[in-house]
Amino acid sequence: MTELLRLATAGSVDDGKSTLIGRLLYDAKGIFEDQLEAIRRSSEQRGNPETDLALLTDGLRAEREQGITIDVAYRYFATPKRKFIIADTPGHTEYTRNMVTGASNAHVSLILIDARKGVIEQTRRHAFLSSMLGVPHMVLCVNKMDLVDWDQARYEQIKSDFMEFAARLNVHDITFIPISALRGDNVVQRSENMWWYDGSPLLNHLESVYIGSDENFIDPRFPVQYVIRSQTPENPDFRGYAGTVASGVLRPGDELLVMPSGTTSRIASIATADGEVAEAFPPMAVVITLEDDIAVSRGDILCRPNNRPSVAHDLEATVCWMDDRSSLSEGKSYFLKHSTRTVRASAQTLQYRLDVNGLHRDEGATELQLNEIGRVSFHCTEPLLVDDYTTNRTTGSFTVGAGVIRVIATTHASPNVMRHGGRLTRADRAAALGVQGATILFTGLSGAGKSTLAAGVEEAFVRSGRPAFLLDGDNLRHGLNGDLGFSDRDRTENVRRAGEVARMFAEAGTLALIALICPFEEDRRLIRALHDEANLPYAEVFVNTTLEECERRDPKGLYARARAGQLPGFTGIDSTYEMPNNPDLTLGADSGSLPEQVARVVELLEMFAR
Amino acid sequence: MATPRMVSDSGEQEGMTGAGSGRYRLSHLGALEAQSIHIFREVAAEFERPVLLFSGGKDSIVMLHLAKKAFWPAPVPFPVLHIDTGRNFAEVLEFRDRHAAALGVRLSVARVQDDIDAGRTLEDTSPGATRNRLQTPTLLRAIAEGRHDAVFGGARRDEEKARAKERIFSFRDQYGQWDPKNQRPELWNIYNARHHKGEHIRVFPLSNWTELDVWHYIRAEGIDVPPIYFAHRRQVFQRDGMLMGVTEHLGPAEDEQVFEAMVRFRTVGDADCTGCVESMAETIDLVIGEVAGTRLTERGATRADDRISEAGMEDRKREGYF
Repeated sequence: MTELLRLATAGSVDDGKSTLIGRLLYDAKGIFEDQLEAIRRSSEQRGNPETDLALLTDGLRAEREQGITIDVAYRYFATPKRKFIIADTPGHTEYTRNMVTGASNAHVSLILIDARKGVIEQTRRHAFLSSMLGVPHMVLCVNKMDLVDWDQARYEQIKSDFMEFAARLNVHDITFIPISALRGDNVVQRSENMWWYDGSPLLNHLESVYIGSDENFIDPRFPVQYVIRSQTPENPDFRGYAGTVASGVLRPGDELLVMPSGTTSRIASIATADGEVAEAFPPMAVVITLEDDIAVSRGDILCRPNNRPSVAHDLEATVCWMDDRSSLSEGKSYFLKHSTRTVRASAQTLQYRLDVNGLHRDEGATELQLNEIGRVSFHCTEPLLVDDYTTNRTTGSFTVGAGVIRVIATTHASPNVMRHGGRLTRADRAAALGVQGATILFTGLSGAGKSTLAAGVEEAFVRSGRPAFLLDGDNLRHGLNGDLGFSDRDRTENVRRAGEVARMFAEAGTLALIALICPFEEDRRLIRALHDEANLPYAEVFVNTTLEECERRDPKGLYARARAGQLPGFTGIDSTYEMPNNPDLTLGADSGSLPEQVARVVELLEMFAR
Repeated sequence: MATPRMVSDSGEQEGMTGAGSGRYRLSHLGALEAQSIHIFREVAAEFERPVLLFSGGKDSIVMLHLAKKAFWPAPVPFPVLHIDTGRNFAEVLEFRDRHAAALGVRLSVARVQDDIDAGRTLEDTSPGATRNRLQTPTLLRAIAEGRHDAVFGGARRDEEKARAKERIFSFRDQYGQWDPKNQRPELWNIYNARHHKGEHIRVFPLSNWTELDVWHYIRAEGIDVPPIYFAHRRQVFQRDGMLMGVTEHLGPAEDEQVFEAMVRFRTVGDADCTGCVESMAETIDLVIGEVAGTRLTERGATRADDRISEAGMEDRKREGYF
């Protein structure tokens, strides 16, 4: 049985990479006479007497014109033992994104080192990216050994230089091979010149490197891709869940947990067009039927009750930005595609940007541009079902936005945190208690009158026998949010906690009233998303009092202190208040007396009830 | 329970799964099949109106076979489309209709002749001109008329070097154009399906297959292909170093000698620009032996349309070609 091996190569023409690939392809019949003839002609036209094998991979006009390689080129060759897919990527810094693309699916990454130059910046970059993408096997070809007189000591020196660097990486299988791609030493044939090398030649190594345990066969994860229904005479009542096994082994009879709903069932059968199979493992594409008639749809993950992915709204990921027309920056929101689910997510914090050459961290960075890598935390509008990338390349990876890419998810949520559904539904609660919860956010400058208005609404509600509770920003900061300051990051966290608490009150049947400056549109959007997602009524009330008026009132003397420079980061003075884009209600000086304004809010709430 | 097929090939097993040194291994054909099936399902889930380009050639036949397997036991949830240049081999058109009917898929045909008759495209009537480039406007018209947002094509990356760099999900703007310098990232098995109205995505489920993989798979799965892929006697003549078959669409010039030869076709394009090769391969085993031994690519050997210039394929793809 021939197996498939995916190989990612990176390097520049100088390393002899093209010569090496050319030789592998030619010796294994992966290139053809007419292709060779075409590049021989092109080389001659360019006044190059030698056939330039690099032209084999330069497929696009701009690449030939500029003598550079722009994109990942895929090449194919086969030996009786294995079929090889080479993702060949250029080596220069600008092309980090190509290397990342090529390495994402690779079993083996092949890195070339020029024996005369030794381990250089580019070598370290390739090795780091390969490790970041979790490529299980790394092969370092120390090339041009003919130019250093086949010197074993030179080879050993390069080996130990690299190993010193590699100690900081997460790679378990590293192989070194001294070669001369030009002369063919240790490529396909064993080298006579390097009698001291007792390992395999490159091709032999690629044919035999053990990839059987590269997949995760331990943790069953089956992302549902497509629901197949059939009412044909042969299959009158078929409903199956189609997908590709991401990890683990599945068998008929296995108990399964459907995430995120939390329902369980057993596998009735594992179907394929060729008939039922006794087990399914990665990367098989199959159809699973369940014993029970339960709701399962695209985006769900089937796993085991005692072995499940984390449910996470918040992700931390190492991201490589791949778009040249935009950047990744804090506060922006993106479409995030994870497995078979796409959600909106906002980039919350860029913790650091990584210099891929020295692995230094720049903690002052505020955005990632093309080819830059950094650690980013995201908040998603809907929870994702994730595993750590080191244990699962499918459920641990996602891509962001149109034309942008990223890598790896680790999460805040502990793997065992899962939402517990009680027996009461919201409808049960509403019927028994006769109330329905909702949340209102009152946003505006300090001193705008948010708390006064919210307290008025609270009082009107409670006096009429309906539960309501005011969550005042200042009060929250004394308790729940006592650990937070006034940096942008802490303000966001302050808002997030207030939003989460309000959601619980609303869920319980209470009207939650949040009075909070909440100066950033993105934060307000997040509170709204929290409620939309839970399907709870929500309204945003903008208490639109001018800065001059707030400063004139200055009920707590804060403006005076801020003006005196004693309160850095005070909203309205040296920190911005972003006007709400689309509030449900705006109340200002011309909106009447307090009781009139309270009545307007109560009116808004009654619209929810209808 | 299904058992993995084991087809003997000089001692080599060719089934989809097998017991190698590890227990859970797929053969390379099994892995290629799984990836293609994953791609089909992803498209069906994320697009409203996909369509599959079906010419009756071996790659599109394999593609349709994979689509069938991806949605089994339900029917293939999208129609198939053929861009008919009016210069196709009669045997292939006959096969196209019979095969689509047998699989129960809805076939529609968009004709280049209709666009010529309506004055939407201008035919080059100079000697030696082919209709290859004329397929593009007809294809784009059919995509627009069908409001298709995803179009499956059978292109493989081993065919040609511009194709070697194209994504599996390849974005096309509202004019159907490919921009090779602005390709979207494509990592792991995550495919970006986002597009606006009027734009579409070309999807290539056979991207990672080679000519030999296609033939191994045709044999392993027992897939039917048109007879012209196998050696047969045919009236032929030499032109530009290629053997051209005499058909209703193409005849010899005055100085070209017609003779009879045992030939087969490696690719199936238009009869006026697809050459054949001398061959004794009358069975699939012999075809596989021949393909495994050849030192010429299938397009280089037999496609006049790809010999135009070094950037021939790239230029046509930029305009919206397959």
